[in-house]
Amino acid sequence: MSESNRFMDAYRQEAEELLSEIEQAILDIEDDPEDREAVNRLFRCMHTIKGSGSMFGFDAIAEFTHHVETVLDKVRAGLVPVSKRLIDLVLASRDQIMMMLNETEGHQKPDTGTRQKIIESLNAMLFESENDKTLSAEKDIGRPPSFDTTQGKDMTYRIRFRPNREIFSRGMDPALLLDELREMGDCSIMAHTDGIPSIEKLDPESCYLYWDIILVTAKGINAVRDIFIFVEDDCDIRIDIVEAAEQNVEEPVPRLGEILVERGDVIPETVTKALSEQKKIGELLVDSGSVSRGKVESALIEQQRLEKQRLSARVGTVRVPSDRLDKLVNLVGELVITQARLSQVSADMNHAELVNPVEEIERLTTELRDSVLNIRMMPIGTTFSKFRRLVRDLSAELGKDIALITEGAETELDKTVIERLDDPLVHMIRNCIDHGIEPPAERKKKNKPETGTIRLAAAHKGANVVITIEDDGIGLDPDAIRLKAIEKGLIPKEAELTEKEILSRIFAPGFSTSEKITNLSGRGVGMDVVKKTIESLRGTVDVSSVKGKGTCITLKLPLTLAIINGLLVTIGDSYYVLPLATVEECTELTKEDVEKAHGANIMNVRGEIVPYVRLRDHFEMKENKPDLEHIVIADVYDKRIGFVVDHVVGGHQTVIKSLGPAFKGVKDVSGATILGDGTVALILDVNALV
Amino acid sequence: MTDIGIMENSQYLTFKLDQEVYALDIIQVREVLDFTEVTKVPRMPEFMRGVINLRGGVVPVVDLRLKFGMSITEKTVDTCIIIMEISLEGESTLLGALADSVQEVLTLEPDQIEPPPRIGTRLKTEFIKGMGKKNDEFVIILDIDKVFSSEELTLLQDAEEEPVLKRAES
Repeated sequence: MSESNRFMDAYRQEAEELLSEIEQAILDIEDDPEDREAVNRLFRCMHTIKGSGSMFGFDAIAEFTHHVETVLDKVRAGLVPVSKRLIDLVLASRDQIMMMLNETEGHQKPDTGTRQKIIESLNAMLFESENDKTLSAEKDIGRPPSFDTTQGKDMTYRIRFRPNREIFSRGMDPALLLDELREMGDCSIMAHTDGIPSIEKLDPESCYLYWDIILVTAKGINAVRDIFIFVEDDCDIRIDIVEAAEQNVEEPVPRLGEILVERGDVIPETVTKALSEQKKIGELLVDSGSVSRGKVESALIEQQRLEKQRLSARVGTVRVPSDRLDKLVNLVGELVITQARLSQVSADMNHAELVNPVEEIERLTTELRDSVLNIRMMPIGTTFSKFRRLVRDLSAELGKDIALITEGAETELDKTVIERLDDPLVHMIRNCIDHGIEPPAERKKKNKPETGTIRLAAAHKGANVVITIEDDGIGLDPDAIRLKAIEKGLIPKEAELTEKEILSRIFAPGFSTSEKITNLSGRGVGMDVVKKTIESLRGTVDVSSVKGKGTCITLKLPLTLAIINGLLVTIGDSYYVLPLATVEECTELTKEDVEKAHGANIMNVRGEIVPYVRLRDHFEMKENKPDLEHIVIADVYDKRIGFVVDHVVGGHQTVIKSLGPAFKGVKDVSGATILGDGTVALILDVNALV
Repeated sequence: MTDIGIMENSQYLTFKLDQEVYALDIIQVREVLDFTEVTKVPRMPEFMRGVINLRGGVVPVVDLRLKFGMSITEKTVDTCIIIMEISLEGESTLLGALADSVQEVLTLEPDQIEPPPRIGTRLKTEFIKGMGKKNDEFVIILDIDKVFSSEELTLLQDAEEEPVLKRAES
């Protein structure tokens, strides 16, 4: 890949991320038009897209974005009110930029018509705002006259600007930035030279200086920030308001603490360390009785939040291709296996000096495994935020009023799982919108709130993540499903099924109770595909519904695909692993138990009849049958089913290895793992065994 | 790669099944292992002998003798597992094959290779890439991708599965 291509790719990736942030920000603004932080975020994203766009030769994008940015600047200044029209326009622009990004990859032909239309509407909006500027100012008495409260009056800012050493090689000149600051108002700049090394070690192309700037300006903090907009990612910039007349009279002491922290040399790399130092200062202040603990703590919390925001903005990302990650995960898997082997050898040898290092390695391996698997963990929120747009657009299209409530967006799941979840979730949410939630008029008749609700929630539950999609729509009609299933030949006419069993028929291929096929659902993937995808992720799908009240679909997914907790058992000479998550209990199966059942494969466990499967017979293994067998009782499709094995060995950290395409046809086995002594054990798929 | 292989001098690994000598393009051979314990995968066709642990990876092992209609491979001192790379449904994957003994690495020129005979072998013609001639002896050069094409695997699995089902019903 050529150098310029690499930059363009980097830009594309960055822009895509920014665009999704724009989407989130604009939807936040829609929810709460007073959300100034979101407006600023939106503006900054657009500004960065424009700026780096022109830098990397995406001139069309830069030019288009400029128009959007101009409007957003006015929004930020409070000159253009937040309206539905504005939100629609910004969303359309976002899509347009996305398309333009793809265009440059050669996917689509440029669609200059739409682009022009958007630009025209944006300009029209600007024009209107110019015309009734005075009017809107009068109208807006209720809300703050401007989104930026620091704008319009003289404020003193303390800026600590510590550029990245390599700033020159990136084509930036800090002196130019300082000049820009000077132009803004009364400005005194002090350069710190303590970072300069001795002349032998000095690299003339590095920047060792950093600056403290005291600036008095009326232009507002956003204008100050904008100066640093292109360097803020890799430079350490702190902008603080030193003097805001109303604020500081009441609380002079925290200000002192702040200054102390500022002056105490905080290296950018150890901001966290600085935080702890800060605490000490706070404690000192409390000890000397000059300020109450509560005040210091509240100031601390505020400062910590600021630091955290900055940290999360800067630290977060190192881009690593996912195949490299996969390789790392595989290597760690092998390490775990080898370590288990080492532990076993060490236990056999019983050598005193060996025990300690082996235990140490065991600890390190476990830690390494956890952190490597953690790298692949992503909060599911990234997926959730996409659905806000989906719900917004679809409900508008169908004339329904629907609110999407998301919970547990911070729940973490393996990246692969999240990616594969995308399509099923889209499908289910579309179902909710299209078939589930009724139009407002109908809802009113039924005494329901006119706004329908879809609740999308994720939560950890043991080794699983549970995702629920719930709507308060019409719900599923078991009778209709039953009739349809009989008509399609999915269940025999006379079959007596529980409601749950009937509802589960919606996962059968080709099943749809909806009479009409709309352009939203009723085509493409069906619930059977949803079920298949979830099962391929070793998860389960469950549906419950109350007719007329709503439907709730529950997905249960494992945290990771790479390593599971297993129960190691033996049959004959072979080892097998049962996923521990499904196992409920283990008990003995004596000869008397078998005799009592008179040939039927059922067993009485504390008064409960449990059917069981003889894995020995199932696998056609005849030799060496032990007198005492064991039975592992597992939860299979909400029923307790026993699996008869020879011995239960115990828990086992199972690194899942695929059997490969050669064993594609095998049904009872979902994979294999390698035991401490190097033998291969098969992982059984309990759902398929029944 | 196969086309060029026949056009130019190529190296082949020869091995014995029963008394016949077979050959594999060396490019597809990854390594040769001593016979180790094979873990059987239940309810699979008999020629799929199971899986082995290859340095932390799980590799399926097939019994070429059974696949070619001979009796099951008995373990002797000479029994080997040839690990080869085959492409299955466009996916490159490792597969081990049992061989009674591994012979040598053989260089064959294009004119030493003849097209597969239509009759006279116990294998399907499409499994054979060509017949190599060496010292008046023939070696059968296998097209191993064809031998383990997905159709071949599923075909035999289905055939195996049916009797099992019937037994379960009765």
